[in-house]
Amino acid sequence: MLGKTAGGLYWMFRGLERAENTARLIEAGFRIALTRSTDPASDWRSVIVTSAQQAAFEARYDAYTSQNVSNFLLRDPMNPSSVLSVIKSARDNARLVRTALTTEVWVAVNETWMVLTDLLGHTIPDAELPQTLEAIRQQSALVRGALYGTMLRNDVYNFCRLGTFVERADSTARIVDVKYHALLPSPAYVGSRMDNVQWEMILRSVSAHRSFRHAVQDDYNAANITEFLILDPRFPRSLAFCAQRITENLEALQIEYGDESPSLNAARALQSRITDRDIASIFDEGLHEFISQTIIDVAATGSTIEKQYRFTS
Amino acid sequence: MAENTPFFDEMRRASGVRMPYEDYSTWFDKQDVARLAQKSEEAERFFRRTGITFNVYGQEDAEERLIPFDLVPRILSNSEWTKLARGVEQRVRAINAFLHDIYNRQEILRAGVVPRSLIASNDAFLPQMMDFTPPGGVYTHIVGTDIVRTGENEFYVLEDNARTPSGVSYMLENRETMLQMFPELFSQIKVQRVSDYPKNLRASLEASAPPNCEGRPFVVVLTPGIHNSAYYEHSFLADQMGVELVEGHDLRILDGRIAVRTTRGYRTVDVIYRRVDDAFLDPLSFNPQSMLGVPGIMDIYRSGSITIANAPGTGVSDDKAIYSYMPEIVEFYTGEKAILKNVETHRCSEPDSLAYVLENLSELVVKEVHGSGGYGMLVGPAASKEEIETFRQKLKARPANYIAQPTLSLSTVPIFTEKGLAPRHVDLRPFALVSPGEINIVPGGLTRVALTEGSLVVNSSQGGGTKDTWVLES
Repeated sequence: MLGKTAGGLYWMFRGLERAENTARLIEAGFRIALTRSTDPASDWRSVIVTSAQQAAFEARYDAYTSQNVSNFLLRDPMNPSSVLSVIKSARDNARLVRTALTTEVWVAVNETWMVLTDLLGHTIPDAELPQTLEAIRQQSALVRGALYGTMLRNDVYNFCRLGTFVERADSTARIVDVKYHALLPSPAYVGSRMDNVQWEMILRSVSAHRSFRHAVQDDYNAANITEFLILDPRFPRSLAFCAQRITENLEALQIEYGDESPSLNAARALQSRITDRDIASIFDEGLHEFISQTIIDVAATGSTIEKQYRFTS
Repeated sequence: MAENTPFFDEMRRASGVRMPYEDYSTWFDKQDVARLAQKSEEAERFFRRTGITFNVYGQEDAEERLIPFDLVPRILSNSEWTKLARGVEQRVRAINAFLHDIYNRQEILRAGVVPRSLIASNDAFLPQMMDFTPPGGVYTHIVGTDIVRTGENEFYVLEDNARTPSGVSYMLENRETMLQMFPELFSQIKVQRVSDYPKNLRASLEASAPPNCEGRPFVVVLTPGIHNSAYYEHSFLADQMGVELVEGHDLRILDGRIAVRTTRGYRTVDVIYRRVDDAFLDPLSFNPQSMLGVPGIMDIYRSGSITIANAPGTGVSDDKAIYSYMPEIVEFYTGEKAILKNVETHRCSEPDSLAYVLENLSELVVKEVHGSGGYGMLVGPAASKEEIETFRQKLKARPANYIAQPTLSLSTVPIFTEKGLAPRHVDLRPFALVSPGEINIVPGGLTRVALTEGSLVVNSSQGGGTKDTWVLES
């Protein structure tokens, strides 16, 4: 496979994952700002902070309102991470790697671009926001379904999955990082209204407020939410789950290519640093320190992949 | 209706439906027009969803357009096609011999058949190609000859398109679309298949691989990238052939060969089907600003270690002034009379011709010698007084830059409209594949149609559409 093609696939799926994560984040913010909040501006700011774009937002908008935040995150062409921008670049990448994709996957991505370009072509009133976010989620599901259902399980597939899980690991780690204060098990705050809102926001932003209840069978508390987000191998957005998938896909590539794999070594190190421990030892190390290091390790694994598989010359 | 116009309608004459269209016409008369209209919309949605679009130069990238597809096929009988195909083959053979001659002994110039000045003044002539024979002796691996019709047995070649003809993807997609929309039609009427084209293209390119190639030749398609107007076609052909689609920056020179960057290191390439113009192919030999090519590829080419299809410098035979000598060129190299006619062509570089052309601008079609794509031309009968006067000044300023031809009464084929069938002018671009052993011509080709009533311009960049082209089995 061409290095450029591998890179196109990887970035295409990073983009699609990012669009979906952004939609989730806005959904969580919208829900809380609308129904629970006494201070919507601070909830919206927290959404922007979680998406790691505070400076870019504040340079372009003067207030944290639902309108400004959804404009910026969903449809601002000047924001390279807006859903509109990443979908356009995912579709450009899909055109670039068209020969590596099945018709079903290509059509799904092309249609996603058509549908979302149309939907995000105008300012979205609050009343329409839920349907818009729903459409983004549905389109992502469509692409994912086409990928699962039609693609050969070979190197092409592995690079698609690597893009998805590197992006997802980064996203989950950032959510934990931004909220780590709320996730510290400090007895003084447990059960306070503030924490409950924060926790729900965190779980909603990874679409886990329901699955958490099913999986954990316990009330919210800092320790079990943190454990769920970082260590639960059943939860498809946990760091452990993502690290496991990154490793598996790199193993498959190593078997197919038979070459020495620095990326696989990096991924295995990442995975064992996350999973060879329990939540108590993470708190001992310091949640913030642990997460900061994880973000760095995920990024390093990503760039090792780019280099090893020659995405660019 | 068609019977009353001076144009030759390929479906309906005063005497009734022409033979190749008889079965189709019977089928069509039984169709519900509303259902056909719905099918037509479905086809457009399908093209949009699958991204069968082209980009328009100079416009924002949001401007991806569909080439309108008309659901009435253009039908040729087997005997009409056999004659056309023989004519195309003869012409393609002559063009390859001409190119080899021009870049080697130049006997046709010595014989005075073609004036030396036409070569010397031709921008498409590449001195870098002198005294060199490409692998297998093939210059034009792919040719898309533009042919128009004016009567029952009147076929003319309009252009030879020996550089990098496009449109074959539309030929293939149009057939695919027709098969999906009207499967029953193809069980009633036996139409020759076009679907082998990608397989044949790959085989033809492989057969032209350089002699030092080991094992099965590694073929790539070289594209300028996703913003090129024909990018869809580039990716489509690579996909259909099962070969890699590359850009210049994926390639480099390694140990005297061209190599492509893969996930496992560099791999030798044997054949490049390039959809990048000559000028951008090698910044060291041609346009130094080019980011689309491979620095130094011309040296590798001349060493015989890579096949470039089509060869650089084939544009010299695309020139419209050279075109005017094509009957002589065919005879010079094949010893036969040309089977396909040339359109009478006035070379404005010659004073008598220029005077005639200036006198008759409102009747003539005037084209730039090096132009293509329907740009920079004047269609006299369709032009306003102002347009004609503007063109007159251009013509006087640089006469050698232009040729003029009579306005041909292009044949028409009906298109489907809300009000039923309506005749529109068409042309035909058959595609010929040239390898050292043979010339293979896909039955039919691309029919382009001027969708605007009365218009003679079929180019997709100027409002043209396409039709599926049928060659009947018998």
